[in-house]
Amino acid sequence: MHEHDVIVVGGGGAGLRAAIAAHEEGADVAIVTKLHPVRSHTGAAEGGINAALRDGDDWSDHAYDTMKGSDYLGDAPAIETLCQDSPGETIQLEHWGMPFSREDDGRVSQRPFGGLSFPRTTYAGAETGHHLLHTMYEQVVKRGITVYDEFYVMNLAVTDHPDPEDRECHGCIAYDIKSGDLVGFKATGGVILATGGDGQAFDHTTNAVANTGDGPAMAYRAGVPVEDMEFVQFHPTTLPSTGVLISEGVRGEGGILYNAEGERFMFERGYANNDGELASRDVVSRAELTEVNEGRGVGDEYVYLDMRHLGEERIVDRLENILHLAEDFEGVDGLEEPMPVKPGQHYHMGGIETNEHGETCISGLYAAGECACVSVHGSNRLGGNALPELIVFGARAGHHAAGRDMEEAQIETGPSAAVEHESDLDTPVSPGALDAPDSDVAADGGAVTADADAVVESAVETERDRVETLMERDGVNHAEIRSDLQDAMTQWVNVFREEEGLKKALEAIREARERYQNVAVADPSRTFNTDLIHTIETRNLIDVAETITLGALARTEFRGAHWRAEHQERNDEEWLKHTMVAWNDGEPELYYTDVILEGEDKAYEPKIRSY
Amino acid sequence: MSTGITEPETEEEQETEAAGAARAAESAHQQARMEKKEIDEANRDARRQAREAVEAADRTVELKVFRFDPEVPEKEEPRFDSFPVPFTKGMTVLDALMWARDHYDSSLTFRHSCRQAVCGSDALFVNGQQRLGCKTQVADLAENGVPETVRIEPLPHAEVVKDLVVDMEHFYDQMESVEPYFQDEDTPDGLNEQRQSRENREEIKMSTRCIWCGACMSSCNIAAGDNQYLGPAAINKAYRFAMDEREGDNLTEHRLNIIEQEHGVWRCQTQFSCTEVCPKDIPLTEHIQALKREAVKKNLKFW
Repeated sequence: MHEHDVIVVGGGGAGLRAAIAAHEEGADVAIVTKLHPVRSHTGAAEGGINAALRDGDDWSDHAYDTMKGSDYLGDAPAIETLCQDSPGETIQLEHWGMPFSREDDGRVSQRPFGGLSFPRTTYAGAETGHHLLHTMYEQVVKRGITVYDEFYVMNLAVTDHPDPEDRECHGCIAYDIKSGDLVGFKATGGVILATGGDGQAFDHTTNAVANTGDGPAMAYRAGVPVEDMEFVQFHPTTLPSTGVLISEGVRGEGGILYNAEGERFMFERGYANNDGELASRDVVSRAELTEVNEGRGVGDEYVYLDMRHLGEERIVDRLENILHLAEDFEGVDGLEEPMPVKPGQHYHMGGIETNEHGETCISGLYAAGECACVSVHGSNRLGGNALPELIVFGARAGHHAAGRDMEEAQIETGPSAAVEHESDLDTPVSPGALDAPDSDVAADGGAVTADADAVVESAVETERDRVETLMERDGVNHAEIRSDLQDAMTQWVNVFREEEGLKKALEAIREARERYQNVAVADPSRTFNTDLIHTIETRNLIDVAETITLGALARTEFRGAHWRAEHQERNDEEWLKHTMVAWNDGEPELYYTDVILEGEDKAYEPKIRSY
Repeated sequence: MSTGITEPETEEEQETEAAGAARAAESAHQQARMEKKEIDEANRDARRQAREAVEAADRTVELKVFRFDPEVPEKEEPRFDSFPVPFTKGMTVLDALMWARDHYDSSLTFRHSCRQAVCGSDALFVNGQQRLGCKTQVADLAENGVPETVRIEPLPHAEVVKDLVVDMEHFYDQMESVEPYFQDEDTPDGLNEQRQSRENREEIKMSTRCIWCGACMSSCNIAAGDNQYLGPAAINKAYRFAMDEREGDNLTEHRLNIIEQEHGVWRCQTQFSCTEVCPKDIPLTEHIQALKREAVKKNLKFW
């Protein structure tokens, strides 16, 4: 068993920042990650980091834009924390050597982005995430922080008190991918989940193959509620054949969207008369699909994004990698022709419920970054707000887990914060475990135990049994189950959602669960067994997909990224509240908590979100 | 949560559970047989689907993939397996590998993640050249149209862990040996950034694009013969910092001392193989040459 003060699960932006923060605080910290840190999907982020750095800009304007973008489902204390801390964290990256794009006077460049009232998106070419990731990994190397790379965390070591809010997390269990050993990790200060996205629950996504929602699934089964899972962002400009992202930076620099009839539809069809192409992502995604559905798409599938008029010099200077992406993955020369684009799953606003310090309702368990939901993005994330979330809340979780004294959090967590329970959701099949009470709820030894070592050891044994079972028995391969699940989610839980479709999705998820009972790993090897890893990931995707669909079925309104055919209005009267799903030992339970619109010195008044 | 079934009371729940357990025990044998049947059917289905997809495709491409597993008796001796894969327009080598894995052999092992040439996981030896699987269009591997076969091997000059996975530790060690991190502690106060000219940013731009894929190191003859040679990627990383005007002159000198060591820049014989294979088009050889010039300048200064 390895022991550290703080264990960070995941080596992307949030995980690296958390580890550096814990180290700054004097803690012995280790990163446990299924990929080497530089392979993390933070590296694919293109656009930039929103930070109010300049004269004429102010964190409160950034907060206002973010609250409006969230369609009033973000929590003010989280949003204000993000906007206050982002400038300092961004400049910190510059001081660590991050190669930002520069102005003539040598200062870092900022550019306009969708939904922002000031050009505050700080960027490094169209590869901001790559530079952020590498810069922080460099600082991890500099500090000599221990990294267990290619260690797949399979579960958390959490006590099994009946009430999740009494449970404690003492560590996690990882599978050493290269050797096949199961290793217990004990954390005396805390475990920080920073596992990133879960886009692999969908068929067409900008996410990496590794983005399988491991963190949310593990936390959820251990008893932490997941929050606002129905809010999934579909990015309006992804390449049709692969889902590769074309940055919003293209539209920020002046790129134009056309339909097959050559209309600049964002204006000409009245989707966003003021902001046009730079309207919020959900608005642009729906506009594109409406164009396609009404027969004005190209090849019944996509629209065009044109940047030729910007001129070669500007394109090469600021958007060079877009040229490479279009060429390599779509065979299109962006200097000569418009690029085909369509909406694709991009980002999950929902995630593990945390407060401003990254704490979950389980003592010693934290989450930060895309896997978490603080919530800053509410029902829709603004472009350029994901990277500041990683560094701001990664740092805060790291500091807190390492024992820094921080003011009391204003956001409450755990089922005790419920203000209302969902009692009449009509689901066609029962969600949750097939044979409740589920054997893999929390990592337990069957009895409440306070001894941290025993909790970790018993969790290791549970996971050893799981691996042995998957390896020894005969069964079906997981790949087809995963692929059918992804197809169902993309068909029924996409940009446009209908009640009937959501119910079909729940049935498909249930079927996936049933088929998964017979799943087995064909590769007999203990060496680099990716068959085993992918099989376990597929289980996580099933749980995550179910929470997304349950939330989507429950929320009978249209807010932000969540569009319902039968409910075409935002309904503040009934739905100004967060959706929570708790695993509840295998019998999922839906409840709601209040949205906090009270800021530091003002209250945010819900307004109509128009661009 | 309601599913149309009301929450059972505790006693009833226990009763139901007990009855369920008894029933399960009685029919355990029957159930096991049924499950086995279902599994066999599902596996037969999967094989049939793969066969049908190959038969229905206009074109197929045959992957010849290197296989090795030190733990599995039939794979202890390295061998090549063939997988016919239906070709689709826009298919990359990585797409083809994933298709083969998901339809023929789930034990086929390779690293991959982002599918868009930023994570650097899938550098492979494709038809005798280091390439990223995700960035290589299958159709580009033939003069005209679709190639009949594609040969896929792990990166040469690295220890094979299994199939297409190589041990990257040595590569990481070399990268980290050049102190690949910004070291200047003398940064401005508060929210003030360090100034950097656009020209200087341009000078280091290409060097900062490295994704640590290891293709360059694998292609380098010198690195193959001298295990201690820093290699193109690590030297490029050193270039990235040595040329960054934000670090002070003292640090630049320190950095030049590192790359000037016995197994540093002077080993490079400018064969340009690294530059040719770099998937991010980094002019690696030029960067190595630039550091040689800087080192000479520095030494002349002390003469």
